[in-house]
Amino acid sequence: MKKLLALLLCVAMIAALFVGCASEPADPDATDAPETAAPADSDIKIGVVLVGDENEGYTYAHIMGVRAAVANCGLDEATNIVWKYNVKESSECKDAIVDCINQGCTLVLTNSYGHQSYAQEAAEEYPDIQIVACTGDTAKASGLANFHNAFTGIYQARYVAGIVAGMKVNELIADGKLTDKNYDGENVKIGYVGAFPYAEVISGFTSFFLGIKSVCPNVVMDVQYTGSWFDQVGEKEAAVALMDRGCCIIGQHADSTGAPTACEEAWAKGEVVYSVGYNVDMLAAAPNAALVSPTNEWGAFYTYAFKAVLEGTEFATNWCEGFETDAVALTPLGPNVAEGTQEAIDNAIAGIKSGEIHVFDINNFTVGGAKMESCFATDTDGDWTPDADEAVFDGYYHESYFQSAPAFATIIDGITPLN
Amino acid sequence: MHEHHEPLIRISKRDGISKPRAWGIRLIAVVLSLIVSAIIIYSLVKMNPLEVYASMWKGAFDEKSLFTQIFTFSFTPKTWYFIRDVMILACISIGLAPAFKMKFWNIGAEGQVLVGCIASAFFMINFAGKMATPLLFVCMIGTSILAGAIWGIIPGFFKARWNANETLFTLMMNYIAIRLTAFCVSKWENPPGSNSVGSIRYQGKERIGWIGDMFKNDNPVKFGNDYMWLVLIVLAVAVFMYIYLRKTKHGYEIAVVGDSENTARYSGIRVPNLYVRTMALSGAVCGLTGFMIVSAVDHTISTSSADGRGFTAIIVAWLAKMNPFVMFLISVLLVFLDKGASQIATDFQISEYASEIISGVVLFFILGSEFFINYKVKLGRNKKEG
Repeated sequence: MKKLLALLLCVAMIAALFVGCASEPADPDATDAPETAAPADSDIKIGVVLVGDENEGYTYAHIMGVRAAVANCGLDEATNIVWKYNVKESSECKDAIVDCINQGCTLVLTNSYGHQSYAQEAAEEYPDIQIVACTGDTAKASGLANFHNAFTGIYQARYVAGIVAGMKVNELIADGKLTDKNYDGENVKIGYVGAFPYAEVISGFTSFFLGIKSVCPNVVMDVQYTGSWFDQVGEKEAAVALMDRGCCIIGQHADSTGAPTACEEAWAKGEVVYSVGYNVDMLAAAPNAALVSPTNEWGAFYTYAFKAVLEGTEFATNWCEGFETDAVALTPLGPNVAEGTQEAIDNAIAGIKSGEIHVFDINNFTVGGAKMESCFATDTDGDWTPDADEAVFDGYYHESYFQSAPAFATIIDGITPLN
Repeated sequence: MHEHHEPLIRISKRDGISKPRAWGIRLIAVVLSLIVSAIIIYSLVKMNPLEVYASMWKGAFDEKSLFTQIFTFSFTPKTWYFIRDVMILACISIGLAPAFKMKFWNIGAEGQVLVGCIASAFFMINFAGKMATPLLFVCMIGTSILAGAIWGIIPGFFKARWNANETLFTLMMNYIAIRLTAFCVSKWENPPGSNSVGSIRYQGKERIGWIGDMFKNDNPVKFGNDYMWLVLIVLAVAVFMYIYLRKTKHGYEIAVVGDSENTARYSGIRVPNLYVRTMALSGAVCGLTGFMIVSAVDHTISTSSADGRGFTAIIVAWLAKMNPFVMFLISVLLVFLDKGASQIATDFQISEYASEIISGVVLFFILGSEFFINYKVKLGRNKKEG
């Protein structure tokens, strides 16, 4: 009898398991991919190797970029694009790239920094295939003609987002909303949640800080690293730690909504704190506390890359463009931005486009109390310390001038990394 | 009161079962699992199960006919990845075989593989370009084997000397190895701050210590050569282990200890020595796998270099009843299910967790079939006794 009972129990458990699975809603869009006929003019195949999927903001921006480029070039997503989602930063990435090539792709894009060394391996082994490592930085040093790096001039958008934040700080000062806690001496405290202590992040928070300073000179900034590009809990905790220190603006260079969510919760409790996001519109996560997010518009680069392969036009080893080709942008402003913010944004963008404003103008910051007179931008011997290409000339540091990846890795006065 | 209840189902242990019958039961299990999976697939996502199975096949062996691939001996990259992953999993399983055969529960393959990875990566990072490449390979292979062996000897010694519980001991050694790997990754991280090592290259450029490149000819790197050496090494290890376990005195002693430690002791086998020696061998093979992972597959090291395969290999070794050649078959099945699941996820844009249900069902049936091989099940109450 016991055995029979056990058997029945087993059957019931399995049945329960299946029922549980069956109730999991299947993606309604899963099977009905658009059956539109391919425009007959191209049978090109392009592989897109992504570190995440649509549920992850950073990758979502890339997916939208690819879709925009597909539309711009008159291609068809179903026939011309081979998607690879959730590809780990391991030999799995090389497998995915090679599989794309095997399916006939002549251009393969990877979107994560950690994919780069595998992309380079594939580029070495398939010299006829164009391979791109977005956000990467070794294409130039590799000397491979078919290996490319690309990065948007996101530092420009961060600078402008800094202006939005700086104007808010000015408003808070004028309205007497800030308390002693928000000040370090005479300076208002800003906080920043960064992922890793890379040049990419340092360049990002420096441009954000310089943007704030351009409208509100008396500020200092604390930076808390999380050690991850996407860590909802870690980013939230970092934001809370910064708020406890009295930071009234929390910027971020990490992909989750952790920091904006923390700001919104604090804002709802009556704290004076506002959030500047990254990549995605944070108004859904923080309808009151979010001011704006700088975003990458990868469609600009992907259109360039697709055209290069389709039409055989020049395909740069390093591609970096900013506001001039709308490769970077800002999300819609939150309800609590200071008055006149939109106008200031428009002016700043116009200034950057015309060359009037240089984000890293050496007259606007100091390092160790002195002006930055010299700084190398490129590493040639693989030790990750720049040793070539003087980037300071004509009165400003030339970010992403020698290669697309951000290279500004100096901690300037007023910024304090906490960990 | 003592009314005798005749059970509805009677289960009794089988005395023995012929091989064809056992394989027949397994085959029925696979067919049944496919039917059940088909029902689930249809009820879950309303997809054609046949298309889904075709997609699984594509995930493992690509679209080109497998027969064409075999007879022309030109495998597509995907098929090579399949072969590569089978080889790695089978090699770890083969490493577990001797320990398991003497009923020493070595749950520490994950750690033994990782220390092998560390040893290989250490030489690749620090000595590439500073010594002749063949010597570099000798050092990488040698230290990987040694590191794995040491990681095996430690729990073996504690078991032999103090009868320490080997299951817990080897399990804990995994965590030490994982932390040790994390420490090494933080020392070797490239670029600094990334907490990952990236492709290990001499001066950031040259590929030294990549065994797949060793036998490259003038052609652009010919695909497949990369993993051919994996196949050769693992096959050699399998043949060695088969002979060692079946034909040598050591192998016989292992079998005796596995049957009964007391019998072994009475017959004069020095059991403690055997524990240490066998665990050294078990760890050594796992360490060698670590070398292959770093040098032939990943060209880097991370805490997920072993990627749980040290644990999966336990299932493989167990299902294969410690027979090295059957381990290849079981590895083929597991890798096939794994590749198939991710291909389904891509093709039909469903979560990989959903497609892994199929793997789960197939495994469930295959494990379940062992029950029917070992036990007789009778329905009904037609036979009255006593």
